[in-house]
Amino acid sequence: MSAVQEAVTDAPAIDAVPKRAMTLGAGTSIVVLLALLIFPMFVKNFVIFQLTTVLIYGIAVLALNILTGGSGQFSLGQSAFYALGAYISAILMEHAGMNYALTLPISGIICFGFGFLFGQPALRLSGVYLALATFALATAMPQFLKLGALEEWTGGVQGLVVTKPDAPFGLPISQDTWLYYFTLVVSIAIYVASINLLRSRSGRAMMAIRDNEIAASAMGINISLYKTLAFGVSAGITGVAGGLGAIAVQFVAPDSYTIQLAIALFLGMVVGGVGWLPGSIVGAAFIVFVPNIAEGISKGLSGAVFGVLLFIVIFLVPHGARQVALVSQHLIGKLRKG
Amino acid sequence: MELLTNQILAGIATGAIYACMALAVVMIYQAIDHLNFAQGEMAMFSTFIAWQLIQPDFPAKIIENGDRLQHASSIPGLAQILTGAGFILKGIGGLAGYILPLPFWPAFLVTLVLSFVAGVVIERLLFKPLAKAPILTNVAGFIALFAIVNSVAGLIWDFTIKQFPSPFGSSPFLGSQLISTHQAGMIGVTLLLLLFLFVFFRFTRIGLAMRAAATLPESARLVGINTSWMIALGWGMAAAIGAIAGMLIAPVVFLEPNMMGGVLIYGFAAAVLGGLSSPLGAVIGGFLVGIFENLVGTYIPGAGNELKLPIALALIVTVLVVKPSGLFGHTVIKRV
Amino acid sequence: MTAMLDIKNLRAYYGQVQALHGLEFHLNEGSMTTLLGANGAGKTTTLRAICNMVRSTGSIEFEGKPLAGRSTENIVRLGIAHVPQGRGTFTTMTVEENLQLGAISRSDKAGIASDIERMYGHFPVLKQRHTQQAGTLSGGEQQMLAVARALMLRPRLMLLDEPSFGLAPLIVRDLFKILGKINREDKVTILVVEQNAQLALELADTAYVIETGRIVMSGSAKDIANNDDIRKSYLGY
Repeated sequence: MSAVQEAVTDAPAIDAVPKRAMTLGAGTSIVVLLALLIFPMFVKNFVIFQLTTVLIYGIAVLALNILTGGSGQFSLGQSAFYALGAYISAILMEHAGMNYALTLPISGIICFGFGFLFGQPALRLSGVYLALATFALATAMPQFLKLGALEEWTGGVQGLVVTKPDAPFGLPISQDTWLYYFTLVVSIAIYVASINLLRSRSGRAMMAIRDNEIAASAMGINISLYKTLAFGVSAGITGVAGGLGAIAVQFVAPDSYTIQLAIALFLGMVVGGVGWLPGSIVGAAFIVFVPNIAEGISKGLSGAVFGVLLFIVIFLVPHGARQVALVSQHLIGKLRKG
Repeated sequence: MELLTNQILAGIATGAIYACMALAVVMIYQAIDHLNFAQGEMAMFSTFIAWQLIQPDFPAKIIENGDRLQHASSIPGLAQILTGAGFILKGIGGLAGYILPLPFWPAFLVTLVLSFVAGVVIERLLFKPLAKAPILTNVAGFIALFAIVNSVAGLIWDFTIKQFPSPFGSSPFLGSQLISTHQAGMIGVTLLLLLFLFVFFRFTRIGLAMRAAATLPESARLVGINTSWMIALGWGMAAAIGAIAGMLIAPVVFLEPNMMGGVLIYGFAAAVLGGLSSPLGAVIGGFLVGIFENLVGTYIPGAGNELKLPIALALIVTVLVVKPSGLFGHTVIKRV
Repeated sequence: MTAMLDIKNLRAYYGQVQALHGLEFHLNEGSMTTLLGANGAGKTTTLRAICNMVRSTGSIEFEGKPLAGRSTENIVRLGIAHVPQGRGTFTTMTVEENLQLGAISRSDKAGIASDIERMYGHFPVLKQRHTQQAGTLSGGEQQMLAVARALMLRPRLMLLDEPSFGLAPLIVRDLFKILGKINREDKVTILVVEQNAQLALELADTAYVIETGRIVMSGSAKDIANNDDIRKSYLGY
């Protein structure tokens, strides 16, 4: 993260993901999709809830992947946008009686706005300096949410309770199952839109900035526009995830959105493979399930076990799940030939 | 006006804490060109070691922890390993009874040496394998190390607050109400450390070699420097400096596993403010951060303890937006 | 006479791409050799392979000792100084610190101090600027600093990668004169990789021409300079 000493010829800090490797192949995608569609039929409500959480964090990790893996900006502040989206949804649902589904685009747009605004001063910072600034944002958010002046809307330290929606049209499925499918649809929509964004001209501009900002600017790319755009888009998507999170968990409170969430999302991005959007869900699964596994292994040392497991993962696959996918692709290729 | 002066002075006193931590941060940055998020935890752990060496009931404690380790898990395989480790620990406890506890300064020195060694070992075992991995993966490694050290400290010493003695005492310094002898001692030690680092980097060959290895590793190898060992050395020194920081800070913030959280962030902020390549900048940055924090707490209404941190950080970031390489950092011209 | 540097069957790779295809040549002690060729022919790769900065197979022997498996810094400590492309100057450090770094692997303080003075003798402009940050020096001055730094090692073999790059012809002439002096007086074997073939052939006594990772021509510098066919086909003039 040596922001200060980057000459043009230095290798970029973030590996580029080649265009054709950006998604899973058609075959694999279909298999994954089918699995995601039918799995709720076989498990209990609580597990469905857990997987909904994985999808929601997956969306947030995907947003971070766009920001860091896509435009090369490092952010430890995603928890702030997640919290903002969560609270906006909660307030709209509980104080304005709005339908839960409608709150999501509103959360998204407002968070996009804030992200875009934050992106402005962030333009002059990079690497470790940007990390510090986003860290400040993340630590400020819970305090901001506790402010007495806003208590009427935010519920102060206690937060707000959110009503979980029933399945529409009287469908005979549980709330958890309905919410799972709803989240799945939103996730797929965001995933597809993000892939298209990265493949578009804007996406290429962002990635050019990530790889070599000076060269990109010399090519006429409007650096400020694309960097702030990336921040905005990433914040907007994270806000939607936050909204979904609020609905799924049924409440919002300031201390649910601390820097620890931001760090977890960062770890999710690394484990999934930085910049590789399909890996977002693997990373999300890691941050949802592994802490529980760690606690199961040793209650007293759960943090240490988590750390050890994280180390094992990064030693084996320093490039995250993307590396696993590449290796499997290789092996399957070899099997086909041989 | 008098309130302002007093707050500034008080800020300098607390700033010595951040200055000391910032020196450790700059040290590691000089060695590896990034920041180590686990540094605060390593400093905390070192401080606990020092504390432990001073405690009269230490040998008994070792035996007790050996016992705890043996029962820490019931997973087959892991349980056996932990049982064996616990047994060894109990043996060590028995032997330790003959030399422990130590008086303060010997414990301080032993802790420095142990911290240095630990820093080198951690780098060789955990981070050398990641040397070719992407930076973000290394950052994940620092986070993992943080979790491990924090958790282990919590297991061994639990989360109750402990007193850590100050070698300087805590009476008012030269009769002043604002600065205690301990705080004066902190400032003194920090300045001494600064002098040591300045001399080390400017006037010794190994300091020069380390700077070279950190800025241009390939060129450094071409003059015969073993850049890999320079990194290990940097880690060792950073760990030792962190230990000093921890041992100075503990009497003020009290010793417990989460004591370094806020301090580390302020330490980073101070180092960055000062310009990451400058030990002098780190110290001045530390004092400035202490002053900012105090002034924010005094003059901004509603800024309780918790809002101080983000506000102080925001101020620092503002400075950086204006002067991106920090107050004393080199502005490197990007040559195309 | 054992060659100072003996390279056999050298293949070098950047990832999956092979850059050298079985390169063979040798350097005699005390010689001033130039390695010529077009862009991308493999000149820089050859120098990097000698110092193990790139993955390679084959045999490289320095004064009879095989270099395989040694790290870059250990190869350097055997007495091989390498002035890389782009000079590799420590731009944030002073001129004098750069020179001290050149000698960082030596332990004889007096020798180092006198060598620094000798460098100032070879390159007076460095003495003028000795407390300046190296990054503020001009291109030609930085090149001299790079050469001086390499000499601080008291090497027996010096490798230079395109020292004339980006420098005005008069400065290159001066630089090459100094290199000649060092070769004769300090008895340093020199291998210069160059695109500027004409000047290099005036300086050197032996020449090799490399094309797509193989040596295609070798001989005395005079012969190659006087051979019209070679000059036109390989050297472009």
